[in-house]
Amino acid sequence: MSRLGKIVRRTFLVGSAAIAGGVAFGWYMYRREPHNPLLDDLASGEAAITPYVKVTADGVTLITPRADKGQGIYSAQAALIAEELDIELDQVSVDPGSPSPAYYNTALSQEGAPFMSTDEGWLAESARGGVDVLMKFLGMQITGGSTSIPDSFDKLRIAGAVARETLKAAAAKKTGIAVGQLRTAKGAVLLPDGTEVKYTELAEIAATVEPVTQVRLRDPAEWRLIGKPMQRIDIAPKSTGKQKYGIDFRIDDMLHATVKLNPRQGGAMNGFDASAAEKMRGVKKIVPVTGGVGVIADNTWRAIQAANAITFDWGPAPYPAGMEGHWDILASSFNEERQDSRNRNDGDVDTALAEGNVIEAEYRAPYLAHAPLEPISATVRIADGKVDVWTGTQIPRFTQNNVAKIAGVDAEKVHVHVAMMGGSFGHRLEDEVVKQATELALAMPGVPVKLTYSREEDMIHDFPRQIAMARGRGHVKDGKVNAFDLGIAMPSVIVSQMGRQGFSVPGPDAQIVAGAWEQPFAIPNYRVTGYRAEGLAPVSSWRSVGASTNGFFHDCFLDELIAAAGADPLAERIRLCWHEPSRKVLQAVGEMSGWNGPKPAPGKGRGVAFCMSFGVATAEIIEVTASDAGIAIDKVWVAAEVGRVVDPVNFDNLVKGGVIYGLGHAMNCEITYADGMAEQTNFDAYPYMRISQCPQIEVRGLENGTKIRGIGEPPVPPAAAALANAIFAATGKRIREMPFSKYVDFI
Amino acid sequence: MQLSINGATHEVDVEPDMPLLWVLRDELGMTGTKYGCGIAQCGACTVHIDGVATRSCQTAVEDVTGAITTIEGLGGGALHAVQQAWIEHQVAQCGYCQSGQIMQAASLLSEIPQPTDDEIDEAMWGNLCRCGTYPRIREAIRSAAAKLNGAAS
Repeated sequence: MSRLGKIVRRTFLVGSAAIAGGVAFGWYMYRREPHNPLLDDLASGEAAITPYVKVTADGVTLITPRADKGQGIYSAQAALIAEELDIELDQVSVDPGSPSPAYYNTALSQEGAPFMSTDEGWLAESARGGVDVLMKFLGMQITGGSTSIPDSFDKLRIAGAVARETLKAAAAKKTGIAVGQLRTAKGAVLLPDGTEVKYTELAEIAATVEPVTQVRLRDPAEWRLIGKPMQRIDIAPKSTGKQKYGIDFRIDDMLHATVKLNPRQGGAMNGFDASAAEKMRGVKKIVPVTGGVGVIADNTWRAIQAANAITFDWGPAPYPAGMEGHWDILASSFNEERQDSRNRNDGDVDTALAEGNVIEAEYRAPYLAHAPLEPISATVRIADGKVDVWTGTQIPRFTQNNVAKIAGVDAEKVHVHVAMMGGSFGHRLEDEVVKQATELALAMPGVPVKLTYSREEDMIHDFPRQIAMARGRGHVKDGKVNAFDLGIAMPSVIVSQMGRQGFSVPGPDAQIVAGAWEQPFAIPNYRVTGYRAEGLAPVSSWRSVGASTNGFFHDCFLDELIAAAGADPLAERIRLCWHEPSRKVLQAVGEMSGWNGPKPAPGKGRGVAFCMSFGVATAEIIEVTASDAGIAIDKVWVAAEVGRVVDPVNFDNLVKGGVIYGLGHAMNCEITYADGMAEQTNFDAYPYMRISQCPQIEVRGLENGTKIRGIGEPPVPPAAAALANAIFAATGKRIREMPFSKYVDFI
Repeated sequence: MQLSINGATHEVDVEPDMPLLWVLRDELGMTGTKYGCGIAQCGACTVHIDGVATRSCQTAVEDVTGAITTIEGLGGGALHAVQQAWIEHQVAQCGYCQSGQIMQAASLLSEIPQPTDDEIDEAMWGNLCRCGTYPRIREAIRSAAAKLNGAAS
């Protein structure tokens, strides 16, 4: 357990603060071993106290700052604190807290450093530490990138341990009994005679004692919660209709609103005529907002009806009007001028390809909508120089600043109340809806205004998943893959996304090649090149980001080369893989599916795919049946390496969901533009997987890696590739473009 | 206009063509019933009218003649067997579609107490889940069916 060893060697400096009627415990900084100068510099500027545990006479509150969009992270964060604090989850309140720079996300920035996640060498660790410092100062409280568990795993257990030890110190002060004789369980300190002193009874004393600055984290063998099946804290409210999402928010005197924005994203509004809408029942005010018009009414349906009655003169889109123009931009981006990165360049690809018999293929992936089932919404109230915002968001700190600018107040006057989210998939990393709600609230001083997008506005104004194209060239020799050369062209998601937040992002964008360049394969001649396409539609992070397209490109082209070499798809991947935990993932999925047993019956085919994304090696095997009626997906086997499975139930659910998300879009979904406007505006034109198409899915989590990882995104990238490879195995037909429904029918 | 919802009578003053969904959500504050698509393509708005699963986003309030049951009233004060199964199987991820899924499943089991896998798929086909909880929805329905049948025999 080298990783745990490292933790206990670190020095933890911890603060506590007296609060009304109690105490707040925080973990606020750490120093690594004293040989890293970058991190030594950090210590002087650190002061903020970050509360994760609040104890008052009334109760214990655990603060869970990573936002919950359905992934169960409120529960997981609470469990990590409770594990060390010795308290049960039904004894605490869980609160996402207020946005604060103290809740920065270090794990997110780590994946931004240009090192493979399998690389734990000194240079890679140092560089990751450097970005960590940057993130701390930027105060990026972001939920995303499958980082919540890696970011929280140590921090929150430490917060729990510090609170526990300090409460013991308080109990010692109260009773005069030495700390060494005290134990803790179920929210209380236990005295040697068995008497329980509840944490809540110790709140006031705890606020006066020196916080315990040295804590030792428990050995995994002692864990009560981590690694065992847990009941999510939100499971009952989500099964009874009681869970309140952002869209359900209600407050006295609140009005309901909707918007109509230029369907050509980013185009101007030249004019509008709302004379009919103004007269409609329930309409209170019609207000121009950035990019369009908002209707404020006394009921959401009335607002939507009135918005539909407005006529507009919209300006053109700042990107090609039709799809041909988008594909042309990508096709013409494979050149030196557009080259963004070449992080992988092993052996001598050009010489290997010069041997002849070059295998070539072009792959495509479309724009896709995030389309969480809860349409986006935000409620804003501007009163007495203060602004309250109620919304589901992954970026509360950005939102706080954006609202402050629009409302003309200081950021500390803006309170963002983060709501439970009905899905996101990256959609709520954007906050246009909050900005527009603020513009509407400015027109109604003192009145809370809830802006709800119609499903149509939500899909039309989604910043979709990137469109992408890849070109592969390869060579096989002696039954083995000898050369693999993949170029990938796509717009920079991070530039588009951060641009809307007013930031410019210098340097190469690792997401252009994510899920491709860092794959742990020892191909003798191996090159991955990223090309940055310009002038396309605005895009944003979509569950698994660059890897959502690149996992498909990289693995399917590898499958083509393996087939050309005449090798077994699984055995050749295992032979090529140099990274032991990844090899084990491939071996596990082979064993689960019986890959080496009897061959599939005639008409059936099995495909395997592998993708390392967000540091998680994930392999999937899919079995399909091909018949005259089309392709049926019979079964999926998944193995993923996450270092440590925190909650096996939630892990299983998230992996299955990720596979379905990957398959459902790859089969049938795309966003296309015609006349600059998205042609798919609701679920009738965006046929995502239904229960009747859902295969059986068998899941195994592996714990051989040295680092703990998040599982929200990694199951997505291999799904499309495994399906395409299975269809090839069953039919001999290579599908190189999503959605696959362009080439095959699905039953 | 009068509506019977979860055993209580509510008086509402709305346009006759306002969808039942928005009467429930914005006029009566019953937000357990969800808006997902507005065109009966996702099932998040499913309620029962006289026990039958109905898409409230495409039901004009003037056309409602029977008794309405929403997720808030499904168990009549206790948990319905379907809700118990949803909790036991930990079906929900984001949970936004689950009110509709549960209402649809309860309607299915009242019509077909022991549905086959195909009958489950057929009945649940119209209820979209973007998180991909379908495998657990199937398990929970089988488990609720077994429990209801056990109680009946």
